[in-house]
Amino acid sequence: MEFLKKYPKLFQWLFLLIVFFALCFAIEVPETYKFIRGQAEFVKDPNQSAFIFLGKEWRYYAFDVFWRLPPLLGWLPIWINDSLFFLMNDWMPMEFWNEDTQEFKTRPLVLQVTRNLTAFMTFLIELIREILLGGLETIVAFTSWDWIDANPWAELPGLPWTIVAVGSAILAYKLSGKGLALFAGLAMFYISIFGQWKPSMQTLSFILVAAPLSFIFGLSLGIAAFKSKRVEKALYPILLVMQTMPQYAVLVPALVLFGVGDHAAVIITMIVAVPPMILLTLLGLRAVPSEVIEAGRMSGCNNWQLMFKVLIPTARRDILIGVNQVIMVCFSMAVISAFIGAKGLGFNLLLALNQLNIGLALEAGLCISLIAILLDKMSLAWANKQVDYFGNLTFFQKNKNALLFGVTVIIGIMLAYFGSIYFKGGYNYFFEVPHNKGISTADFWNKGVDWIFDTFFVYIKAFNTWLIQDVLQPMRALYLRMPAVATLVLVVGAGYIIGGVRSALVVGGLTLFIAFSPWWDRALVTTYMATFGVIVSCIIGFTVGTLCFQNKHSTNFMLGICDIFQTFPSFVYLIPVMMLFGITDTSVLIAVIVYATIPATRYTIEGLRSVPPSLHDAATMSGVTKFQRLFKIEFPLAFPHMMLGLNQTIVFALFMVIIGAFIGTEDLGQYILKALSDKKGAGIGLTLGICVAFIGLIFDNLIRTWVDQRKKHLGID
Amino acid sequence: MSEPVIKCEAVYKIFGVNAKKMLEESNGKVDAKTFQRNGCIVGVNNASFEVSKGEMLVVMGLSGSGKSTLLRCISRLTDATGGKIFIEGQDLLQLKNKELIDLRRNKMGMVFQSFALLPHKTVVENIAFPLQVKGINTEDSISKAMDMVKLVGLDGRENYFPRELSGGQQQRVGIARSLAVEPDIWFLDEPFSALDPLIRKEMQDEFLRLQEKLQKTIMFITHDFDEALKLADRIAIMKDGIIEQLDTPANIVLNPATEYVRKFTEEVPREKVLIIEDVMDAPITENLGELKVSKDEIIENVAQKILTQQKNVSVIDSKNKIVGSINPAKIINTVFGGKENI
Repeated sequence: MEFLKKYPKLFQWLFLLIVFFALCFAIEVPETYKFIRGQAEFVKDPNQSAFIFLGKEWRYYAFDVFWRLPPLLGWLPIWINDSLFFLMNDWMPMEFWNEDTQEFKTRPLVLQVTRNLTAFMTFLIELIREILLGGLETIVAFTSWDWIDANPWAELPGLPWTIVAVGSAILAYKLSGKGLALFAGLAMFYISIFGQWKPSMQTLSFILVAAPLSFIFGLSLGIAAFKSKRVEKALYPILLVMQTMPQYAVLVPALVLFGVGDHAAVIITMIVAVPPMILLTLLGLRAVPSEVIEAGRMSGCNNWQLMFKVLIPTARRDILIGVNQVIMVCFSMAVISAFIGAKGLGFNLLLALNQLNIGLALEAGLCISLIAILLDKMSLAWANKQVDYFGNLTFFQKNKNALLFGVTVIIGIMLAYFGSIYFKGGYNYFFEVPHNKGISTADFWNKGVDWIFDTFFVYIKAFNTWLIQDVLQPMRALYLRMPAVATLVLVVGAGYIIGGVRSALVVGGLTLFIAFSPWWDRALVTTYMATFGVIVSCIIGFTVGTLCFQNKHSTNFMLGICDIFQTFPSFVYLIPVMMLFGITDTSVLIAVIVYATIPATRYTIEGLRSVPPSLHDAATMSGVTKFQRLFKIEFPLAFPHMMLGLNQTIVFALFMVIIGAFIGTEDLGQYILKALSDKKGAGIGLTLGICVAFIGLIFDNLIRTWVDQRKKHLGID
Repeated sequence: MSEPVIKCEAVYKIFGVNAKKMLEESNGKVDAKTFQRNGCIVGVNNASFEVSKGEMLVVMGLSGSGKSTLLRCISRLTDATGGKIFIEGQDLLQLKNKELIDLRRNKMGMVFQSFALLPHKTVVENIAFPLQVKGINTEDSISKAMDMVKLVGLDGRENYFPRELSGGQQQRVGIARSLAVEPDIWFLDEPFSALDPLIRKEMQDEFLRLQEKLQKTIMFITHDFDEALKLADRIAIMKDGIIEQLDTPANIVLNPATEYVRKFTEEVPREKVLIIEDVMDAPITENLGELKVSKDEIIENVAQKILTQQKNVSVIDSKNKIVGSINPAKIINTVFGGKENI
C-alpha cells in the first residue's frame, strides 16, 4: 500500500493497460471483418444496414459496435461538398459588370469574389514572372489583346540570366557579405547551366508573391490577435487544427473555390503558411518585457510607433522564425501545388518522380532546395541589417551596389545581344539556357541508381522483405486488431491520467470524430506508420543530439545541418529513398524517419542547452561522472523541451506519411490523393485532412499537457 | 513659492474588476484587507503630495509597497483609479491621448530598473529613439544623441548593441535616452537596483553630478534606504500603498513617524545623514573657539575638526552670519548616544 501511495500515477497507468488489453482480448474480431477498402463510397453491400435520419437514408456496416463504431459521420463530406457547391453556384446572386462583354451579368457573390481574387493573384505572379522571363500578359492586363496585336513591339523582354545571377549576388553581398554573395552567384549559375532556368524562375515568381503575402497577413492577424482577446479566441481553434493539417488536404477544397493554376496555389500556400506566422507573431509580442513597452510609451510613441518601432523589432526573434516557417511552407507547397497545376520546378519534380527518372528529380529538387536556402538566408540577413550613421561616405561609396547593378544590367544586355548574333540555331545561351540544352547529370544518377540496384539488389531486397514481413506487417496487424472501444478507452484514460477530466474530454472527442468517420481503419494505418517513424526518429534524434551536445563545435555543426535540412521541401526527401528502395512502404517510412529526425535532434540539443550552467557546475562539484551528470541532471531537466521535440516529430512524421501516398500507401493519404482528381472530392479531402489533423492534435494535447505540468513541477519555464 | 510641478491629491490605484465601484462605495476609507476579500488589490492608497521645481523626491519602500505603481500613475502608464494628478497645473487624468503623447515627448523622461533598451538598436539609436519618434530627422537626432552619449561618458561605444554592454553601461544608455528630449520631469524607477554595489555607488555619484548640472524635477523610486538618504531632497516612505512619512532625510532619521519607519532609521549612521543645523544649539559667546563651521555641513565631514577643539564652535550660514553653536560633547552624543540625547 505504501508503494501504491508513493506512485499513484504508475498504478493508474497499469490499471489502464490492464483494462485495455482485457478489452482487446474480450472483443473478438468479427468474422465478416477484413481491411475494407472503399468504405467511403457507400456501395450497396449485404453487410450494410440502413436507417433514416433527417429524411435521408444512411447506411453503415452492421458489425459489432464494440469492434468498430458505425460511420455516423459519413454525411459530413457530402454535406461539405453540397455547401461548397451551393456557396459557389447559388448563394447571393448579384449583378456584376463584365468587362469583356460590356454588360451586367448575374453571378453568385462567392464565385465573383474568388474569381476577382484569383485574377489579382494571377496578375501579381505574371508581373514578377514576366520581369524575370518576359511575356505579354502584364501589358495585356493594362490594355487589351487588340492593342497588343496592333503594337507587336509591346512585350516585356525578360532579364538575361546573367543579370539575375549577378544581381542576386550583389543583393546578397549588400545584405550579408561575401559568403552569401558567393553562394547566391553559384546557386544561380548552377540553375542556369543545368537548364533549369525557366522552371526555377517560375517557382521563384510564385514564392515571391506567396511568401510576402503570407508574411503580411500572418503579421497583421498576429497583431490583431495580440490586441484583441476576441480575435485570438476566434483564431485559436483554426490555428490549432491548421498546424497539424496535412498540406495535401487543403488542396482539394481550394480547387473548388479557386480553380486550377498558380493563383490557386498561392492562395492555398497562404492558407497553410499564415497560421504558424500568426502563432509566432503572437508568441513574440507576448514575450516583450513590459518595461520595454513602458519605455516606448514614455518615449512618446503613439500606438502605431509602439507597435512597429518597439514591439515588433523587440519580438524580432520569434517573428523571424515565423518568416523562416513561411518560406519553408512556401517551398513545400511549390511542389505540392504542382498537383493542381502550378508551373515550375515542382511540376518537373513530380513528373520526374512519376517517370521514376531519379536523376532529373534530383536536379529539380536540388534547384528548389538551393533557392529555398538562399531566400531563407537573405531574409534573415535583411532583418539583422545594421545602419552605419557615421561613415562619411561619398556618393559613389554610398551607391556602389546600385551602380554595380546598373553596370551589370548594361553588360548583361550587351552580352545577350552579342549572344543573339554569336549563337546559331535559335538558342541564345547568354539570355537563357533552354531546358533541354543545359548540362544534365540525370543519366549519371540514373546509372548510379541502376548500379546500386544491380549490385545491392539482394541486400536491399532482403532488408526490404525483412522489414515488411517481420516488422511492419505484424505491427500493422496489431494496430488493426485493436477494437475501437479499447482504443477509445486507452486514449481517454491517458488523457485523464495526464491532464484530468478536461484533457480526457478533448482527446476523447477528437478520437470519437475519427471513429465515427468512415475511415477508422485507414486512420489506424496512418497512425501505425507515423508511430513507427516517430519511434525510430526519436531513437536516432535523441542519440545523435546527445552525442553532438558533448562538444561545442559538433553542436553548432548539427544545428546548422538541421537548419539546412529543414529548408528542403518535404517532397525532396522522397527522391533518395526511391533511389534505394523503389516504390514500397519501406521508402515512405525511411523518408518519414529522415524528415522527422530533424526536429527530434534539434529539440534534444536545444533542451540540453537550456539546462542552466549553474546546475552543471553544481553537479560537477558534487563529483558526478559524465554519465551521472547526463542521466541525473541534464536529461530530467531537458526532458520537457525534448518532449516538445517529440510533438514536432509526430507532426513531421504525419505530414510525410500523408505525402508518402504519392508513392503508394494504403492510408488516409491515399484517399486524399484520390480526392484530388475527384470532382466531388472536396468534402472527402477536407474531412480526411481533419482526421489526420485530429490524430496529430490528440498527441499534441497529451504531450503539451504533460510538458506544462512537468515544467511547473520542475519550476522551469 | 511657485506652483508645484507634480501635485497628487488623494490618488488611489486599485487593481481588480470592480475597483472603481468599490472605491466609490468606500468613501475614501480604503482598507486593503476588505478589498482583498472582494478580489481587489490595493496598489496605492490615498497618496497626496507635491514636488516642486528642481526638487528630488525619493519614494522608498520594499517590494509590493506600491511605489512603482505610484510612479506609473503619475507617468500615466496606468490610469489611477481615483484622485487627481496635476503636472504643471494640467490635470493629467483628463488629458486626451494625443496631449498625453505630447507631454511625454516634451516634458517627461523615465529610466527603468531592467534598463528596457531596445535590443535591435545600437546605443546611439536607442538614445535617438525618443527624438525620432517625435519626428526629428535622422541627422539631427543622431547628432543630439551623440551629445548625450558624451554626457553619460559612453563615447566610443555608440555603435555597440545593448547586449554588448555591462549593466552599468546599459543603464547609462537608459539615462541618456530619458534625457534626450530634455524633459523637465525625470522619473527613475529603481535605476540602480540591478547593478553591483560598486557600480551602483559610482552611478549614484554620477547621477548627483548630472542633477547638479541639469536641475530636473525628479521622482526617484528605490528600495534602498541608504540610497534614498544619499540622494533625496525629501523622502516618501511607503508601505502597503500608504505613504507612511514624507519628509527630509534628517527629519525622518530624527523623528520617524511610525514604528515601520523607525526600523529603517535604526541602523542609519547619523553622522552621515545629519547636518550641523539639525543638532546645533543656540549661539553662545562663552568659551568660543576660533573654528567656524557651515550649518549645511554633514556632521561626518567636520566631526574631526570639532572634536579636536576643546571649546565651543560657532555655526555660520552661507552669509557668514553666526546662527548657532556646537560643542564636541554634542557631536559625540549624536554619533554614539541614544535618540533622547539629541
